Amino acid sequence: MYVALTALAIFSLGPIVLFFFNALKTNSEYAADSLGLPTSWTWGNFTSAWSQANMGAGLWNSLLIVLCTVAITCVVASLAAYALARLKVRGSSAFMTYLLVSSALPSQMFLVPLFYMWARVGLYDTRIGLILIYCGLFSPFGTLLLRSFLLGIPREMEEAARVDGAGELRVFLQVVLPNALPGILTVALTTGLSAYNEFLFAVTMIQSDSKMPLSTTFFTFQQGFTQNFTLISAAGFIMIAPMLILFLLLQRRFINGLANSGMGGI
Amino acid sequence: MTIPESTAAAGGGPGVSRIPVPHRPGVLARLRDREVSGWLFLLPLIAFNLFVVLVPSAFSVWYSFTDWTGISSKAKFIGLENYRNLFRDPEFVQGLEHNVLWTVFFLIVPMAMGLFGAYALSRIRRFRLLFRTLYFIPYIVASVVNASIWRSILDPQNGLGNLLHINPLGDQDLALWSVEFVNNWAWWGFLVVVFLAAMQGVNPSLYEAATMDGAGATRQFFAVTLPAIRPTFAFLGLMTIIWSFLAFDYVYILTQGGPAGSTDLLSTVAYRNAFSNLQGGYASATGIVMALISGVVVTVYLVIRKTREWET
Repeated sequence: MYVALTALAIFSLGPIVLFFFNALKTNSEYAADSLGLPTSWTWGNFTSAWSQANMGAGLWNSLLIVLCTVAITCVVASLAAYALARLKVRGSSAFMTYLLVSSALPSQMFLVPLFYMWARVGLYDTRIGLILIYCGLFSPFGTLLLRSFLLGIPREMEEAARVDGAGELRVFLQVVLPNALPGILTVALTTGLSAYNEFLFAVTMIQSDSKMPLSTTFFTFQQGFTQNFTLISAAGFIMIAPMLILFLLLQRRFINGLANSGMGGI
Repeated sequence: MTIPESTAAAGGGPGVSRIPVPHRPGVLARLRDREVSGWLFLLPLIAFNLFVVLVPSAFSVWYSFTDWTGISSKAKFIGLENYRNLFRDPEFVQGLEHNVLWTVFFLIVPMAMGLFGAYALSRIRRFRLLFRTLYFIPYIVASVVNASIWRSILDPQNGLGNLLHINPLGDQDLALWSVEFVNNWAWWGFLVVVFLAAMQGVNPSLYEAATMDGAGATRQFFAVTLPAIRPTFAFLGLMTIIWSFLAFDYVYILTQGGPAGSTDLLSTVAYRNAFSNLQGGYASATGIVMALISGVVVTVYLVIRKTREWET
């Protein structure tokens, strides 16, 4: 059993380790042996990749886009999840089915008209335009995730606050929100991961180099430098490092959030 | 907004006041408050969904019946012509075939790997969480970077391609399988995590009983585990089919549909028609067909689930 499991672990991690090794090789070393260990550790690839691929700007744009998306999505999703979990809104189960269906719609179905709409109102090739799209795409999933989390929280304290005459907004802000923080953190992590890694809308909606998030910065770089695998490896490693670190620090929350809802995307 | 008498009675019982009292509102007013504030709380979500998904989707339905280019405001109604052309278009038909092959691959390979990995992890005592974490890591790596990792490994000059004298991404017979392989590498670990979560909910006494009956690990998997996690299995099967028709990233990044269309999927064909060939209406029709396919899949699943009465 352990032999098979270890083989699978090597299958998972081997390519990433190899990628890291390639980032440390010189070009001639890579050409001679692309599947082995680096003989000399060429850290310079990272600094060259950083400046040549313009990764500083990409990282800054990604940070901006991810943080805004996460903040807005958390607000939108927690408001909606509260309504669906606690306020007896008629038609809420039909609405939730709609949310599920709308997150299974092919992006190709609305991509072209969305592109056209965004161009008409001046949101095309802006970071805020991309942020708004991400909020629209990721908030249904966050809502459903947070709703199931809220259902697991006892409601006595809310009822007590209502008896004291608190309005729904106050109940939400003072009682529900503090208790829901772990669930909100899970939504923040999964949304942040999706926004950071997203490719289709990023490549379609952002044209200027100066506004590109890392996913398209890196894509443009590797399209242009197809020969220089060592620099591409270094750039790719710079891109995945923040998420790897975040994942290793908070892996249980990541995994539970994604596993319980069984959502993701190939 | 008015509340029907019956709802108020169900919520409040006798003695419900129809006139809201300012300081201590009656049950009816409270109920109405909840209903109204409920929709207010849902408003931001609805607004985002409306502008990003629903309105563009509705436009897409309309544009699919027109000769819209995708960049001008002009669109002439041409009826079903786009749809008729789709099924005569060799690119579309080929894309559809590749999507079916893609679905078959993802229903078999990652599902088998995910089930095996999860079952093995559920039966071991040590290092379970460690293995789970390791399998999950490729899933959190961005698709652009995953594609690069494998492009370098599969490279015909430097990587495994050179070693085996093949060109996995450049050979028309291998390219689709290679892209599926790369996508699966990033994907199967996610299935391990979801299946493992389901398997940990299986009643341990079932395994004890099976062991008493002399069933080995393989027998136990088919007799105990698989039936117990059937809802998860069915749900992931459904999502696999839907996601297989949405697949885009890996093809677009690794091969852009080539060589010679051998990796084209409906999504990459539609993307090219929209943004390179300026056939917005035609691309919209492709998108609508893709949406109809997922609609059929979801409906079939819901019907099956209802007749078999699976709980999710």
